Amino acid sequence: MARIAVQREAFDLAAETRALTAGRVDVGGVASFIGICRADDGLLAMTLEHYPGMTERAIAAIAAEAERRWPLSGCTVIHRYGRLLPGEPIVLVLTASRHRNAALEACAFLIDWLKTRAPFWKSEEFADGTTRWVEARAEDDAATARWGS
Amino acid sequence: MRVLYFAWVRQKVGLAEEEVSPPPEVRDVASLMRWLAARSPGHAEAFANPAQIRAAVNQEFAGHAAAVAPGDEVAFFPPVTGG
Repeated sequence: MARIAVQREAFDLAAETRALTAGRVDVGGVASFIGICRADDGLLAMTLEHYPGMTERAIAAIAAEAERRWPLSGCTVIHRYGRLLPGEPIVLVLTASRHRNAALEACAFLIDWLKTRAPFWKSEEFADGTTRWVEARAEDDAATARWGS
Repeated sequence: MRVLYFAWVRQKVGLAEEEVSPPPEVRDVASLMRWLAARSPGHAEAFANPAQIRAAVNQEFAGHAAAVAPGDEVAFFPPVTGG
């Protein structure tokens, strides 16, 4: 069963890793991915909007797919929303398994699918006062497509 | 029927959500978009290019040919950009 959270607050990588492996002696590795807000083109802040209710369901479905494809002992997905500054973490994916390949591949799969199958939208705020909605990238669709459907 | 809007679709429509009662001939996402587009200039602008709009019916991603019925929750938004 995956731990899924959609929240405004930052997350604690060490605490989440401990929670994923606490009391277990069958986990051989934990893979992690942290997405971080970049300051491209003079970006001042980024605001993430999501679809409460559907977001949690969509992430749960993506995590269930990862658990179907790889022998995971557990996984954690935490995705933030609200206004984030450059350098702040946006998303955390943790996958635990007996062996590294399953953990590493499932972690890459989860972040690729999150980018194209979870209902989040990013709006960028610039120093000159302008804002713009981030457009979906063809590279992200290609990254998702490599895992099949 | 509850209709929700996100990101620039929400901004153009000027509403985050609304309750609507479309006529019986509105049976799918595509015809719902055409019907909604006539509600206000903001709706018209939001739905001007349906190819840019994605939809969800009852919180599941749905194509423009997907069926809609009274009581459904239908959401409209641009392609997602999370992660």
